[in-house]
Amino acid sequence: MAAWTDISGIKERIAASSAEEVTASYLETIGKSRINGFTTVWDRALEVARGIDKDGSSGPLAGVPVAIKENISTAGLSTTCSSGILQGYVPPYDAHVIEKLKAAGAVILGKTNMDEFAMGTSTESSYYGPTLNPWDTGRVPGGSSGGSAAVVAAGEVPVSLGSDTGGSVRCPAAFCGVVGLKPTYGAVSRYGLISYANSLEQIGPMATTVTDIALLMDVIGGHDRRDSTSIKRENRYSDALKDDVKGLKIGVPEEYLGEGIDENVERTVWDAIGKYEEMGASWKKVSMPHTKYALASYYIIAMSEASSNLARFDGTRYGLRVEGDNWHIMASKTRAQGFGEEVKRRILLGTYALSAGYHDKYYLKALKVRTLVKQDFDRALADVDVLMAPTMPTPAFKIGEKINDPLSLYLADVNTVPVNLAGVPSISVPCGFTGGLPVGLQIIGRHFDENTILRAAYSFEQNTGHHTKRPGEVA
Amino acid sequence: MVYDNPDGVRIGLEVHVQLNKLNTKLFCGCSTDYHDDEPNTHVCPVCLGLPGSLPVINEKAVDFAMKIGLALNCEIVGQTQFHRKNYYYPDLPKGFQTTQYDYPIASRGKVIIEGEDGERVIGVTRAHMEEDPGRLQHIGSIEKSKGTFINYNRSGMTLIEIVSDPDMRSPKEARRYLDKLRSILDYLDVFNGDLEGAMRVDANVSVFGGDRVEVKNISSFKGAERALLYEIMRQKNHIRRGGKIVLETRHFDEARGVTISMRTKEEEHDYRYFPEPDLVPMRVADRVPDILKTLPELPDAKRERFNSQYGIADMHARALTIQIKVADFYEEVALKADPKDAAVWVADILKGELNYRDLDVDAFRVEDIVEIISLVKQDRITEQSGVQIIRTILDEGGRPQDIVVSKGLLKVEDDIVAKAVEEAIAESPEAVTDYLAGKEKSLNFIVGKVMQKTKGRADAREAREKVLASINK
Repeated sequence: MAAWTDISGIKERIAASSAEEVTASYLETIGKSRINGFTTVWDRALEVARGIDKDGSSGPLAGVPVAIKENISTAGLSTTCSSGILQGYVPPYDAHVIEKLKAAGAVILGKTNMDEFAMGTSTESSYYGPTLNPWDTGRVPGGSSGGSAAVVAAGEVPVSLGSDTGGSVRCPAAFCGVVGLKPTYGAVSRYGLISYANSLEQIGPMATTVTDIALLMDVIGGHDRRDSTSIKRENRYSDALKDDVKGLKIGVPEEYLGEGIDENVERTVWDAIGKYEEMGASWKKVSMPHTKYALASYYIIAMSEASSNLARFDGTRYGLRVEGDNWHIMASKTRAQGFGEEVKRRILLGTYALSAGYHDKYYLKALKVRTLVKQDFDRALADVDVLMAPTMPTPAFKIGEKINDPLSLYLADVNTVPVNLAGVPSISVPCGFTGGLPVGLQIIGRHFDENTILRAAYSFEQNTGHHTKRPGEVA
Repeated sequence: MVYDNPDGVRIGLEVHVQLNKLNTKLFCGCSTDYHDDEPNTHVCPVCLGLPGSLPVINEKAVDFAMKIGLALNCEIVGQTQFHRKNYYYPDLPKGFQTTQYDYPIASRGKVIIEGEDGERVIGVTRAHMEEDPGRLQHIGSIEKSKGTFINYNRSGMTLIEIVSDPDMRSPKEARRYLDKLRSILDYLDVFNGDLEGAMRVDANVSVFGGDRVEVKNISSFKGAERALLYEIMRQKNHIRRGGKIVLETRHFDEARGVTISMRTKEEEHDYRYFPEPDLVPMRVADRVPDILKTLPELPDAKRERFNSQYGIADMHARALTIQIKVADFYEEVALKADPKDAAVWVADILKGELNYRDLDVDAFRVEDIVEIISLVKQDRITEQSGVQIIRTILDEGGRPQDIVVSKGLLKVEDDIVAKAVEEAIAESPEAVTDYLAGKEKSLNFIVGKVMQKTKGRADAREAREKVLASINK
């Protein structure tokens, strides 16, 4: 395994050699990869790096290699959502975050694997086959941004972008022992992110350190007039990087612990909270009574929106086309062949939930529950500064263990989906290990208060060594 | 006289108006000026529905929609929202249409028309905003087509759908409603009704209190009247033969002038409406006072003012106020000519000549019609010559003063007539003698000579009097 290098380390290496050499060395590592994290390596990466060497770009990410999830549009570079139906689709435009990364001098190495259309928790539903967890290649990397997490954990790229609809950045971050942030809804433009469930998702950075997360947020965050849900608000995320949690009030939601949570995971998280206490923070238990309804509400809303979002994939304009005698047959055949099982399941369930006669019973009720879940967060976070809980109820599970049991997979999202319903920011940081597998601590904050959770995460990192452990280094 | 609506006809209309006077589309920056351009040249990721693209509302489109709502006497909603209407069709690049559902921007308005028995109020149920789909072009006829092209230039154009209450009782009233709607929209300067697809009509019609039938694919106002006449007759015949009218959607076949069943209620789509997550609800109520200030004087108000200010016939006031351009034109003319004369010349004569040539009032200069009216008023040309000058200007161009000369239209001067009279008398001693002997008809010979000498331009009666006066001197 290649050594982990953070952005400042990359900059030192570039200063000592060149962006081209750094990019070439990462491309070499990717070439030897056995985890199937990348779906496409960009054939222009070296050229871009050479350009940066030549022009001496002064951007904050000049020469820094990044990997991009398969569902974020990149002009001239295949963007398929790891689906059969988008085979051959090459976007003619860059997502807002890609424009920002390019302007900052980042070098895009390629696209990373994911659950098809971000619908999953294991990256097993990909058209390109599963990505393997670098800590144990018999296990899943989590999902849906499994590729983006695994390639960072494997040292194939220093930082990456994922997307988080119900935990898709935080889950793989936890399973792969890296840091992943789900920003506040509206903090990062979704322009160019291929929608799964628009009202829930955000693009989020993944890295080996909290510092790198903040640096990436400084680049990709901010208002974009092309996304009507992005908010006009200035923030410097790297200002949050202070080792100071004295007086920080931590809430531990009792509904996020106990039943269904692996006891070793729970113990590891309590140890982390104990550490915070040592560092000068205080904690107390809080109650979020509507948590038990969150999962059902989340899946109904996400599937309903998905059933509409995915209607455009009909073989008419781009991607896969399976010919038929008329347009309806062509579209039906294309969708039958192009979508995988899980995607079809969610389209059907979402269509059902929105249908006349069921709309009020399911979709409308789910929206009401969403409001209640949101109020849980507002109430709890009026009293404490941050909430802490296990990101995932278990460490990474085995490949094939849950893929044929969708319900058990959905249940794995129990601690992450409420955050998306509420729209608040949340970060997952490595907080220890169990059985040689990383455990993620989830830190949740108030709307647009990323800086408090970044400060909490940064302080933890400064006072512990979990984030420096690399695959192969933990017994 | 009260119209008793013998067949119990109820007609409601859904009119789609394309706001083609906006510079950009409803949710993206693409230009709306595509009508003369190649297919698929006014498109971007948003209006092509490419994966990852997001809509951004065109604020000016919202202003236009509010303007229309207010002009139709509607209430404006406090906060408006967009919904997704989900259905599959190749002209719909996202697989859903972004439209408004339970929070239309405007609702509960009214339009006043000239009904079967005098003024009639037609209720406006709602007016909402939505995006136009692309356009399919079949290779050959729709039944036998070997393939279809899709042109997305139209995709994402702003539509306002104006839904009326079922208040019209005859195809004629429906036609009047459409004309009135177009007139109001014309005043608001929000669309160019001459462009293809600028106004599209779906009609709901029922008879004798039965179920309604929706008639789609009506492409003109005249088509609407024809489709409704046919559909009412069809429903009446069906009932007469013991049939029952069921809720259904029918397609108007313009060429054959008939309606054909498309689908019954059981086959209706379930559009699975839900709020568009990519657009946030928008508070619009606060803008009402500002929008009200931009509303022009509307046709009904203008007509009343014309009646009282210019003292012209109501028939003229109505004709002059249908199109705002014509109304403005008339008012300019009325400043420089007698308003009543101006009304006759603009409403009865000029409009007729323009319509005949499918021309707009822009095709004529105010000063030219003023000049013509003045020439007639001064008795220098006949009315018939005035009409001839209008025709000449429209067909060949030119100015009135040149045309009267080149066409020799000026009424001849008295001295020319007098000279012709003297010559005619001098050349016809026999006729003079005969007349004086009591043969009245001989006078005609002399008058004929006068007319000959003046090339027919003299007034025959005048010439006769002058001849008489000269002989009797």
